[in-house]
Amino acid sequence: MPVAPAIQTSQLRKEFDENVAVKSLTLQVQRGEVFGFLGPNGAGKTTSIKMLLGLISPTSGTATLLGEPSGDRTTLARIGFLPEHFRFQDWLSAAEFLELHGQLLNMEARDLKLRIEELLERVGLSDFRNKQLRTFSKGMLQRIGLAQALLNRPALVILDEPTSGLDPVGRRLVRDIIHDLREKGTCVFLNSHLLSEIEVTCDRVAFIRHGEVVRVLELASLDTEKSSVTIRAGKLSAEALAGLAQWGRDIRADGEHITLNIQSESALPEMTRYLVAQGAEVYALTPNRMSLEEIFIETVGKDGGL
Amino acid sequence: MKSIWILAQMTFREAIRRRIVLTGLVLGVCFLLVFSLGFHMIIDKVHEEAAADLPSGPALVMNRIADREGVNMLLMAGLYAVTFLCIAMAALLGADTLSGEISSGTIQTIVTKPIRRSDVVLGKWLGFAGLLGLYFLLMGGGTVASVFIQSRYLPDNLPAGLGLIYLEALLVMTISLMFSSVFSALATGGTVFGLYGLAFIGGWIEQIGSILGNPTAIKVGIVTSLIIPSEALWRRAAFEMQSPLAGMLNMSPFGTTSVPSSLMVVYAFPYLLLALACAIRFFQKRDL
Repeated sequence: MPVAPAIQTSQLRKEFDENVAVKSLTLQVQRGEVFGFLGPNGAGKTTSIKMLLGLISPTSGTATLLGEPSGDRTTLARIGFLPEHFRFQDWLSAAEFLELHGQLLNMEARDLKLRIEELLERVGLSDFRNKQLRTFSKGMLQRIGLAQALLNRPALVILDEPTSGLDPVGRRLVRDIIHDLREKGTCVFLNSHLLSEIEVTCDRVAFIRHGEVVRVLELASLDTEKSSVTIRAGKLSAEALAGLAQWGRDIRADGEHITLNIQSESALPEMTRYLVAQGAEVYALTPNRMSLEEIFIETVGKDGGL
Repeated sequence: MKSIWILAQMTFREAIRRRIVLTGLVLGVCFLLVFSLGFHMIIDKVHEEAAADLPSGPALVMNRIADREGVNMLLMAGLYAVTFLCIAMAALLGADTLSGEISSGTIQTIVTKPIRRSDVVLGKWLGFAGLLGLYFLLMGGGTVASVFIQSRYLPDNLPAGLGLIYLEALLVMTISLMFSSVFSALATGGTVFGLYGLAFIGGWIEQIGSILGNPTAIKVGIVTSLIIPSEALWRRAAFEMQSPLAGMLNMSPFGTTSVPSSLMVVYAFPYLLLALACAIRFFQKRDL
């Protein structure tokens, strides 16, 4: 029997009164992949995540997690979740907080005890185990929240903005933890605005706008995606310059520097041979990979989907 | 079942950590001190005057009866205040709990665990019931004990009377929990106190109507008791514990003249269960 996808949604929709928060979300996330969920503010990302977890009931459409309908109780035991507004029972100490959540996960007492120590160590909060959460900084709360999401060694971890409160060291830690999770075959579903983070951690990303998936992208393909190239060459004739149009568009020349958009990097060797044959002195040919940020803006639009 | 228990413990621990228990304890002890002191001074004065008159024979018997009546009235006044404090505690405990956790978002990591949403409501209810029980034991028990130590007086039907007051507190807490699953903490508090006020004024209209023999006024009281039977439970508790003479003579403002029927007490149980069921249902339906 084939393994059910980690997440599968079909035309998931949520209306709040007159307001359509999520229009029609259809998405599939495979087991073991790190999946980025991208979109401008108000695109319906958090509402979608809440629907996946059964916090919000959809107006229509379906969602399954690990093959079971969203909100299914036994499945929740295999899922970890860090909410966007990481607000916790601040009158509990770090260790008590994890203990409470472990008990609610029905974890065996001795296993839970070891797991708490292990995770406090992992998120760097061992020294603060007996401090009440009310004394914690934003970053520390996010760390303990992340530990909470990992208690049950979940098969699927859903992280809603896991690095919003973290400094660069904390962000690095989260990146390392996500990396470890991937090694162990855990699926991570990540909602983040920090595209540089997404770029280094995710296998695939989905761009959503107005509560619909507008594009799904394999990040490994970013290298060969259409990009631009900057050429530095001397003695280039006007005809030779015009001839570059066969490989790309938007040719801009500024002295020795020429920039043009190309469809694929595979054109580069051929362009080089062409320029040399035209008698140009080629000093450099630098492909400019399109960053995730550029793709983001191109995909969701400069207005941010407002 | 296990998760209900875990959440009940959490509720209890929260009350201790957030100093609700401490403030309740400190102010409760203050209340008992003031009450005991006041009771002591009044009883002393009564005894002094009785001694000066040096009565004998039938006058002495009359004095003793009057003494008992006075003690009973003071005790009922104390319990009346205790009841009000317990009601306030019940309304406040329930008001912030679900609404507060929904608005702050702390509820999100709880309900995404493999538990039922009903477990959350039942766990909180159980925790609050325990807290209110302890608070009432301190306040009500303390008041009765203070009177007993100073005058060797115990009212009639004490367990039934105290039980009814505790039931009233549970009822108000449950209603508060129910509104808290839909409204904000402030709106919940306002609504619950509003309902309590309605029952309170309805109760007085009923009593005055009973004294004046006005059946319409009595009906108004009964209808408000059906809307929320809190005041009826207090009046039934007062009826159980007041001295027979006071009841006959309509002497005490803290006693009662129009006795809520035992049906009203029976009515309170399904009412409470229905409110709890509604709290669960509303919370299950709610987008968090």
